[in-house]
Amino acid sequence: MELSVLLLKLTEGMWISTKIFVLTLLFSLPLGLFVAFGRMSKNPFIMNIVKLYISVMRGTPLVLQLMVVYYGPYFIFKLSTPDRFLAVIIGFVLNYAAYFAEIYRGGIESIDIGQYEAARVLGYNKSQTFLKIIFPQVVKRILPAVTNEVITLVKDTSLAFVISVSEMFTLAKAIASAQRSVLPYVVAGIFYYVFNFIVAVVMEWWENKLAYFS
Amino acid sequence: MVKYLEIRNLRKSFGGLGVLKDISLKVEEGQVVAIIGPSGSGKSTLLRCATMLETMDSGELIYLGENAVTTGDDGKIVLAPPRKLRKIQSYYGLVFQNFNLFPHYSVLKNVTDALITVQKKNKIEALELGRELLQKMALEDKEDAYPHQLSGGQQQRVSIARALALNPKVLFFDEPTSALDPELIGEILQVIKDLAAERMTMVIVTHEITFARDVADHIIFIDGGVIVEEGPPEEVIGNPQNERTRAFLRRFEG
Repeated sequence: MELSVLLLKLTEGMWISTKIFVLTLLFSLPLGLFVAFGRMSKNPFIMNIVKLYISVMRGTPLVLQLMVVYYGPYFIFKLSTPDRFLAVIIGFVLNYAAYFAEIYRGGIESIDIGQYEAARVLGYNKSQTFLKIIFPQVVKRILPAVTNEVITLVKDTSLAFVISVSEMFTLAKAIASAQRSVLPYVVAGIFYYVFNFIVAVVMEWWENKLAYFS
Repeated sequence: MVKYLEIRNLRKSFGGLGVLKDISLKVEEGQVVAIIGPSGSGKSTLLRCATMLETMDSGELIYLGENAVTTGDDGKIVLAPPRKLRKIQSYYGLVFQNFNLFPHYSVLKNVTDALITVQKKNKIEALELGRELLQKMALEDKEDAYPHQLSGGQQQRVSIARALALNPKVLFFDEPTSALDPELIGEILQVIKDLAAERMTMVIVTHEITFARDVADHIIFIDGGVIVEEGPPEEVIGNPQNERTRAFLRRFEG
């Protein structure tokens, strides 16, 4: 296979990987915040349910979770199997929301109680206090931890192979075994590295942008 | 004289331990009241109950004749309805020991944001008022700075400007100089003295006995959760009647 053909094929696969990446972040980042609220809820029922959810998501392999989302509807409920790509997105979002929730929680709990008290005496209501005073400070604090997760996510997109979604690495493996060549793996490695290099640059830019306060 | 603040029979305990035991006090328009007492005497808790950062166990809290907190016949406290409570809360401001400025806001935004967000004031007017207050605090050249770039004394002056921006009837200070380096204490005390000269109604919890004597019209000495002695400074500090007051004040004499 010509190198140009190989690159074209893997670039097509990278488009799927990128879609998984973007959609996962788009949904798991906001969902994670709500999960964090549930985890910090004063209602013990909600708190414990959410705690269990986080514990299962963090305590079992993402590969297994993807299989449950894809095969579960048929084997457990005798329903038809969902769309593969949709199953991947649901699996990734549920998993990453759990990790992000714990990062949010750590950030929110690290904010000094005095910030809430000052906002309260000044008359801010609860949502104003959170959105205007607390959350911007949380974002700054959690950014390094979020960067870690985002970089892991780039590499985790390769796990979609388990339910045969042909993202980049699935294609690389197929080509490599058909051609008896390691070149596809080398190219795949470079693709991930470049993607993550861009992620790191963007996150660093964002961190620098928030360096104006401490 | 208009009664700006009245507290009746305030009780507060934490985990069964009585911190405030039947405190009653009044603050009139233009009065400066200093609350002094040893650590753990309950003076900060009193301030936190008065500003509703803590909820009292029983008693009454009244601002300008309006009840924020009352105690029902069953002995349980009753809060004013939310609308009324918000109105009452706009009657007072609080200056914290640790400033509690918003680190992600510039100095000017710290002073003006509540005006715009909470009081829905016109932005241009708010900024104008904010700059006026910063000038008053001798911080006019710092409006674009962020809190971490300022000294403790400057931060505390920003937090005083922030409280004043909302035009409170009563301004509380919770040990406003305790977190400051000794050489910065004077500038904050001077600001408070200037406010007293403008007849700002203030309630100040402080360790600065000399300052309390100079600035306050009325001194309240608290120990063990009760008001041990109160009156004009020349009596409470100049000629204390109670042995506990005398023992406390002796520690401040050189």
